Order: sequence, then C-alpha cells, then structure tokens
Amino acid sequence: MSLLSTKNLSIEIADKQICNSLTIEFMPGQCWGILGRNGVGKTTLLHTLSLLKKDYNGDIFLKEKNIQSYKRASIARLIGIQLQHNEDPFPSSVLDTVLTGRHPYLSNWQWESEADIEKAQAALETVEMKELSQRLVNHLSGGERQRVSLATLMTQNPEIFLLDEPNSHLDMNYQIGLLKYFSSYAYSDQRLVIMTLHDINLAARFCSHLLLLTGEGGYLAGSAEEILTTDNLQQTFSHPVEAIKSADRTIYLPA
Amino acid sequence: MQKAFPLLATLILISALSFISAFSVGSISLSFEQIGTALFSDNKSMAQTIIWELRAPRAYIAYVTGALLALAGLLMQVLLRNPLADPYILGISSGSSVLALSAMAAGLSSFWITGGAFAGALLSVVLVFSLSHSNGSWQPSRLLLTGVVIAAGWGAMINFILSTSPDKPLRGMLFWLMGDINNITPELSSFIALIAGTIISIAIARQLNILSRGDLQAIALGVAVKPLRISLFLLASALTAFAVIQAGSVGFIGLVIPHMLRLICGSDHRLLIPASVLAGGSLLLISDTLARTIIAPQQLPVGVITAFIGVPFFLYLLNKNFDRQPIK
Repeated sequence: MSLLSTKNLSIEIADKQICNSLTIEFMPGQCWGILGRNGVGKTTLLHTLSLLKKDYNGDIFLKEKNIQSYKRASIARLIGIQLQHNEDPFPSSVLDTVLTGRHPYLSNWQWESEADIEKAQAALETVEMKELSQRLVNHLSGGERQRVSLATLMTQNPEIFLLDEPNSHLDMNYQIGLLKYFSSYAYSDQRLVIMTLHDINLAARFCSHLLLLTGEGGYLAGSAEEILTTDNLQQTFSHPVEAIKSADRTIYLPA
Repeated sequence: MQKAFPLLATLILISALSFISAFSVGSISLSFEQIGTALFSDNKSMAQTIIWELRAPRAYIAYVTGALLALAGLLMQVLLRNPLADPYILGISSGSSVLALSAMAAGLSSFWITGGAFAGALLSVVLVFSLSHSNGSWQPSRLLLTGVVIAAGWGAMINFILSTSPDKPLRGMLFWLMGDINNITPELSSFIALIAGTIISIAIARQLNILSRGDLQAIALGVAVKPLRISLFLLASALTAFAVIQAGSVGFIGLVIPHMLRLICGSDHRLLIPASVLAGGSLLLISDTLARTIIAPQQLPVGVITAFIGVPFFLYLLNKNFDRQPIK
C-alpha cells in the first residue's frame, strides 16, 4: 500500500507550470530526493503534498484516501514537513519550540506530558542541541535553528517526512549525520522520506528514489540508479555533468 | 509549567495590593483597618460610603479595562505576529471611539453605543490587516505606518464629531476620549466579556503558540488557521470595544504588559494569557490611582498616565525591534 501517491497532479503558479500530470506512488521504506533548478517548484510541490497549498488539479492520496478528506490534525499526525523559513517573532526556548511537534497529538486543554518532554529531549540529543535547550530560538545561528526545526519534526514523529533542503546552513558533519538519520528512518522503520536537495552527490548517497523536475512541468521519476545518468542531470540543470566512478560510488561534478 | 504558579500568585498579590491602595488613597486617606471594616462589616461608616460609592466602582472599571486591553493587545500581537501591535497604536481604539461617539452624539441607546464600538474596532482591524499585508506577511514598518495613518483618519472624524456636537455633552465626550474613568457607572457586561474572553483564549492558547510561529508552520502542525484567525479577529475587536466603552482610548497597556511578561516567562500563551489579564488590570488600576492623586484635587484622565509610561517604552521597543530586523 502506498503511503502517499499522486494521480495526474498538476500545479500551476502565476502561469508557471510546476508539474504536469505527475503520477507517482511513494511507498513506505523509500527515501526520495527531489532535484531541480532554482525556482522550478520543488518547495511548492512539497507544500502541495502536505496540503499546505490547496490549488492543484488532480488527486493526492494519503494512505490511499483522498488527502482532502482528512482533518488538519490527522494529516499532521501522518505527515511532518520541515519548512525552509522559520518565523520567531517572540522569544521562545529551544525546548518549547521542539515541543510544538507534539501539538497534533494533544487536545485543547491538555499540557505536554513527561513522555512528550522526554521525546523532545531525545530529539534534541540526536541533533546535539541538548545543552542549548533553554536558549531562545531567536538567538541561535542559522545552522542551530535548522537543527531545532529537524528536532521538532522528529518529535512530531510522523510516518511521512517532507524535508525542504534539510542540509541548508548545516556543517558537513551534521549534513551527513542528519541525512543518514532521516534516510535510515525510511529504510529500517518503513517510513517515507521525501526531501528537496541541491546537492546531487548527497541525493545519490542517501536516496533510494529520485524525482527530477526538468522545468515547464516535465519530470523524471524512478529508482536512483535508473535516474542518475549524466544525460538526465544535464537535462535537469541545463549544464553538462560529469560522472566520476570511485571504488564504491559515483561522484557527479559540473563539467 | 513550574513557572506558572509563582508568577500567577505574585500577580494576584499585586492585584490585591493595587486594589487596597486604590481604596486607601485619596482626598481622605483610609487605613488598612478602616478598609477591612468597611469591606467586611455592615455598619454604615463614612469609610464604607467612600469605598463602595466612589473608590470601588472606579477601581473595578480601571482593573477590568486594563485587563481587557492587555488581553486584546496580546491577541493582536499573535494575529499580526508582531510585538508592536496594540489596539491604541494600530488605531483600533480610535475606530471604536468614532462609531461609539457617533452613537452618543446621535443620542442613541447604550446598545447602539456598544454595537458601534464593536463595529468600529472590527472595521479598523480589517483595514489595518488588509492594507498592511503583502507577500504573505506583515512588515513591521508597514503595519505601524498603516495603523498610524488610520488612527489619524479616525482622529479627524473625532474632531469633526466634537466640533459639530452641542456644548452640553462635549466635556464628557472629551474626557471619555482621553481615557477617563471618572463618573461612569460600572457595567457587569465588561466583566463578563473579560472572563469569557480569558477562558476562550486559554482554550486556544496552545494553538496561539503554534500560530505565532507562522501560518505555514501552524497548518503543518494541524492547526486550522483560517477559523482561528477569524475568531482572533472577533475576540480582539470585542475586547477592545468593551474597554473603549468603559474608558475611552487608553493606550499602551496592550503593548507594555505582554512584552514585559514575555521577558519574564517566555511566550507560552497558556501562561501569558492569565498573566496579562492580571498584570494589565493591576497596571491600569495603579495608573488610575496615580491619575487621581498626583495633582489632587485636580484629576487627570488615566490615558495621560499610561501614555507617559507607554510612549518611552514603545520607542525603546521600536528601536530594539528595528535593530534586529531592518526596515524592508
């Protein structure tokens, strides 16, 4: 059974075609990477898949039921999305921010339980932010704030993770560590991860499947081995790409 | 949660103290004992008359108005995701005043004055909201500018109403506009509005925590943003309207109180809401006690005192805010 699927999904923003008749089944245990040029619509597609944006044609199915038939809170228990931009207009601690991930599970008058706080602490430990848990989020660096967002998502603990450039602002060690963490969620826990990335090599290393948005609504989708050809990449990025084979993997470089 | 009890207990104590000082200070000062006897015994003394007929009604109005304004300010700040939002600064109070004044000038009943105040508040919020919204967010500079200009527009209309009004009710209208708590009869309705508003706000407090982190983030965490926004609109406007009917335009309470409390206890609205209600009430009651004693036997409208506190505070906040977030 597919966790998430689209049927003839078409999205258009301000006369720009983001995707045209996109039909894909996202299965549990898969880690998808979405690649494409700047402004091609990667973020819009992620937002649409989690119904943050509703203006699309075609259908999106969540666990094989039309996503529009779900309540917001039920969607939030199944799909978690990390956004590219965070707004922190008021002072709030790192721990309080991460605890917002429990919101979909609590009723109106309910406070977070000890168990919820433990989940948040565990997530903070994973992203190595535990010492900063009482710090205010608006005083954090970009990379630290990004790790707080990812910890919030871990605390939300959905079946489907949508990540919008999860590696942005992060140092190399965190990029590799956190991408490994999320992709292993998919592989060992039978969840679904879909992330937009700019780095072909990170996508090649962590993703089992790829979706290339080639512009004007065109797309290529399939398993990573199938999709990662220099021709496809060249078509996607309008720039020749060179593949260099090393012992156990292939590195892609702009020619 | 562990911060909640000491903070709320302190604020309740401050509230009690502000009431006691309001009862005791004045042209005839009353001792603690006299207040006690007057409040809890039946014998008709002068102290009892002074408290029950003069000071208690006024203290009640000041406290409820302050609490209403602090809560309205807090909700508007979440709605606009901006710590500078306040019913007075954004012109909401003046919009409310204009329609209430028109009803007064036309000699309509208090039902129409209340309705007018509410409609005026609502109209102002909608105006500020729609005019300062761009690219899915509210820029502080644009928001403030829109609010100030709308307030100026309402100001002109107020002047128009005043200059065309007959002389007799003029002085009362003027004082009411400046934020005056003198000579008005306390109404139970504003207290009911305050309690209802507080309970509703606390019920949606965790959703407010999420909403203050942005619409998209709120939707992603399962908040139904549109209905929540609309209820916030209505709630903040209603609270402002009740405050305006009681005491005209009293400024800056809605700005000062939530900001100070955020510095003390963070931005969890489950705590911020009851704390703002208690602290807002106390601040306006203390300000009003000052207003009637500072140049006694002359009395000042309490709006003058809150403006003296609020204006420097606002400028400081504005400066700090734009340091962090340059004007776009």
